[in-house]
Amino acid sequence: MTAFAALLLRDMRLAVRVGGGALVGVLFFLLVVTIVPFAIGPDLALLARIGPAILWLGALLASLLGLDRLIAADHEDGSLDLILAARTPLELTMATKAVAHWLTTGLPLVAATPLLGLLLNLDPTATGAVALTLAAGTPALTFIGLVGAALTVALRRGGLLLAVLILPLTIPVLIFGVAASNAAIVGPIPFGTPFTILCALTLMSAVIGPIAAAAALRQGLD
Amino acid sequence: MPLIDLANPSRFLALSGRLLPWLSAATLLAFAFGIAQVIGAPNDYQQGATAKIMYIHVPSAWLSMFIWGTMSIAALGTLVWRHPLADVAAKAAAPIGAALTLQCLVTGMLWGRPMWGTYWVWDGRLTSVLVLFLMYLGVLALWRTIEEPSRAARAVAVLTLVGAINLPIIKFSVDWWSTLHQPSSVLRLGGPAMHSSILIPLLVMALAFFLLFLTLHLGAMRNEIMRRRVRTLMLMQADAAAGR
Repeated sequence: MTAFAALLLRDMRLAVRVGGGALVGVLFFLLVVTIVPFAIGPDLALLARIGPAILWLGALLASLLGLDRLIAADHEDGSLDLILAARTPLELTMATKAVAHWLTTGLPLVAATPLLGLLLNLDPTATGAVALTLAAGTPALTFIGLVGAALTVALRRGGLLLAVLILPLTIPVLIFGVAASNAAIVGPIPFGTPFTILCALTLMSAVIGPIAAAAALRQGLD
Repeated sequence: MPLIDLANPSRFLALSGRLLPWLSAATLLAFAFGIAQVIGAPNDYQQGATAKIMYIHVPSAWLSMFIWGTMSIAALGTLVWRHPLADVAAKAAAPIGAALTLQCLVTGMLWGRPMWGTYWVWDGRLTSVLVLFLMYLGVLALWRTIEEPSRAARAVAVLTLVGAINLPIIKFSVDWWSTLHQPSSVLRLGGPAMHSSILIPLLVMALAFFLLFLTLHLGAMRNEIMRRRVRTLMLMQADAAAGR
């Protein structure tokens, strides 16, 4: 078994076990989608119009929550030192951890979207569009969040600072994700235009995120 | 004296101490000249004298992006070339950049209310400058979160470089997205679209603000070097008191 497969499986197993927080993200997503109608009011037409935005905001916040433990947990029990000292390039190990995080946190969010779309009175086209954009965009959120997780790894209360640092960088993903969803529902512009830009953002962050996270870890821990 | 001597903090303090009064004087002169030019500049035929907010708004905008660029180069100095004063430069520049970005946003809002009828609109240029301001605040927060200065410097350096992606987005946002904000008038293919009677005061004010940044930056760097010396002395004092 290669080193990456071993790390991937380890991270995924840790995430689904007790204290791992894999499905808690989905629960938070559900809660956010539930409390928004309490704040806005049960107007179904309004909820259908802003539904994609609510789903995207919920997914963004749910992704952010699990990120501060991503590397800090390894730092606390010493396995981060093993990862840093290993022969595998740190950039690729960071990418592997991000992939594991997405598989256990991001992908369940995408899977939960159809059910939550029902709560927000979205029709099947809309729900499908939002799910597709989330599937393309949540990896970007994870890779960008990886940078914040690496920067705040040694801090005791790094969670909120991580959100403060990462949210400005995730704004383009949010903009194009919601734009693509709305384009599929009502928009004059074709779905493909913002969707391809969203995919480009994911691909760019898949490169920049692990490199920046590895640089941050190397600088921040010595 | 080779440039590398500036990397020595004591030499830097000596040289900047000699330079600072001249820079301050130059800044004052530039502002005096600039304000005189602005007063003499013609009123806009549509907006009247209100358009003269531009002479504060545009230099602040240019400087807010320029300072993030300076911080990015300082970040490279910290991470790649291990320059001793690079992190001091980055830390000193961050509050100045944040203040100038805030000034750009506020003057823009005050200008937009009479001209466009609204304080704010979520178009490409305003949104990306707001995001730049939030990133400045994030950098300031990170500086204050990690106690040890050199570790903080390296973390902030990584964050600064990742945030530098926003700069080209801001610059070209008015061209990429149709917007309420005025498109590029100065730095564009085909030369500036402004008449020299308005362009010259603008450039003089930009120079004045740039000199202001240099003065404040140099002073802030001196303060930061002295702050670190105080910290070291306090640590040594604590060590001595603990009997080590």
